[in-house]
Amino acid sequence: MFRVNQIPIQDTFAEAFPMTAARVVVTALEPCWAQAAAQAATGFASSVIGCDCEAGIERLLTPDETPDGRPGVALLFFAFSREALQKALLARIGQCILTCPTTACYNGLEAAAERCVPVGGLLRYFGDGWQISKCLAGRRLWRIPVMDGEFLCEESFGTVKGVAGGNFLLLGREVGCTLEAARAAYEAIAPLPGVLSPFPAGIVRSGSKVGSRYPKLKASTNQAYCPTLRPLVASQLPPEVGCVYEIVLDGLDQAAVEAGMRAGIRAACRPGVVQITAGNYGGKLGPIHLHLHALLREYADAPL
Amino acid sequence: MPTLHYDSAAAGMIPLEADCLTPDLLLGKSIHEIARLPVWHGKQSACLGDFFRIEAAPVEEVHLRGDLSRVKGIGQRMSQGRLLVYGSVGMHAGAEMSGGQLHIFGDAADWLGAEMRGGRIWVHGNAGDLAGAAYRGARRGMVGGEILIDGNAGQETGITMRRGLIAVGGQLGDFSGGGLIAGTILAFAEAGRRLGAGMKRGTLALFHSTPPLLPSFADAGLFVPLFLELYLRYLRQLGFAPARIGCRPMRRWCGDRLSLGKGEILTPAN
Repeated sequence: MFRVNQIPIQDTFAEAFPMTAARVVVTALEPCWAQAAAQAATGFASSVIGCDCEAGIERLLTPDETPDGRPGVALLFFAFSREALQKALLARIGQCILTCPTTACYNGLEAAAERCVPVGGLLRYFGDGWQISKCLAGRRLWRIPVMDGEFLCEESFGTVKGVAGGNFLLLGREVGCTLEAARAAYEAIAPLPGVLSPFPAGIVRSGSKVGSRYPKLKASTNQAYCPTLRPLVASQLPPEVGCVYEIVLDGLDQAAVEAGMRAGIRAACRPGVVQITAGNYGGKLGPIHLHLHALLREYADAPL
Repeated sequence: MPTLHYDSAAAGMIPLEADCLTPDLLLGKSIHEIARLPVWHGKQSACLGDFFRIEAAPVEEVHLRGDLSRVKGIGQRMSQGRLLVYGSVGMHAGAEMSGGQLHIFGDAADWLGAEMRGGRIWVHGNAGDLAGAAYRGARRGMVGGEILIDGNAGQETGITMRRGLIAVGGQLGDFSGGGLIAGTILAFAEAGRRLGAGMKRGTLALFHSTPPLLPSFADAGLFVPLFLELYLRYLRQLGFAPARIGCRPMRRWCGDRLSLGKGEILTPAN
């Protein structure tokens, strides 16, 4: 049995898929305003099953790391297409960052012109003719007059082909210890660059499968991992499992997602966890297969 | 080192028009080919080799040495490469250039970077009048690129400029930014009078002091122009020493209200 820190790891894979990604850098006069804008802009963005995009805070930025020398936050956004991403960015930056005191908004990803989406270039119309354009070193910025001065926003934001849907499932004895393991996993993933867990506090309790018996639903509960349905369905849960939490990861590239999964799983291997596995749909959902054993080979316990 | 040494004694007091002194025309040519490039010595046509001693054929960048203050058109219409001049240059240096870098380790005469479209000119001394300006009769001056002047800039700097950046470490002459259509002029020392007369849009940022402004500019109060921090950081990264100041609250003057009035002059808060 393949084990990490005594916890069995199932020989399976997470089924990830490509998504278009963007990084937005938000700055403000004080960290609290940047974080308030960041939290609002990345709210209601847990899953594209029901949201316009998946998003989250990548990390906090020190003044040395931001374009204008103020404290900031790096945000990641993921959507199925460049058009969908642009729509989400426009709405979220326009409603949540533009509106927040003292903020400014910059592109965080260099990309070729054809891979950029206009954001500031459209938000500028909020300026109603009083907006001012500035070009510096090939980058165009828009100064939009607002009631505390100006909102500064970059004309366009670069996009890359990211990877979404990286995941692993923690099968634990009961809620307390499983939640503790899930939190440890999230805390191990959070500081890593280029990857995030878009769900609340990075943890999912409602793992889903594709489709439903109700035709209008595109996703529904994954009954095979619901402990209370064990006698009624083809359960995937060992008898001692009483709780399952899932960690979902989106990243700017496959390497970032793999690094996140590796760090998260290693942190989650602690007492109370019965087994760690991953969600897949037999290879039908996504072309990127992240095999748990391959990811964790160098951390595997020595055979007994 | 691939250097062209200018023999000012050979030219005497008569100006030399040498718009062939650009990386576009010099790079990749042999010493013999370079020497045969045409120049104008007053009304007489001549060859570059009549006035320059060519040390070696330039491969990556071009170096010029000597007192070139009577040589006009150095770097004119250049679009690529690096041209380094160790000495002062005459009129029209870098005029209409669209790319590349022109470094002048000396002073530059009038019409520096006039109607330039791109690239960077960096004068490590003083510049004459009309840097980045439009030629008489033209509708717009520089439409892109950067002009950095460590020392003073003369009168009518950036007049009818449409886009781009002019940064002046020393004094800025009268009537600078006149008729500005857009673009940014940064002045880090004293500035002259009648700045921005007739400007439509664009920014004149004065970091040192507030000169008497035209009455057609209206006080719009204090604010922190965040975008200037990006400019200052960019200039600091390039090594432009005067930009080693922090962004701070500035007073915004809107004008020129005799024109479109959407331009601004930013002055120190106190």
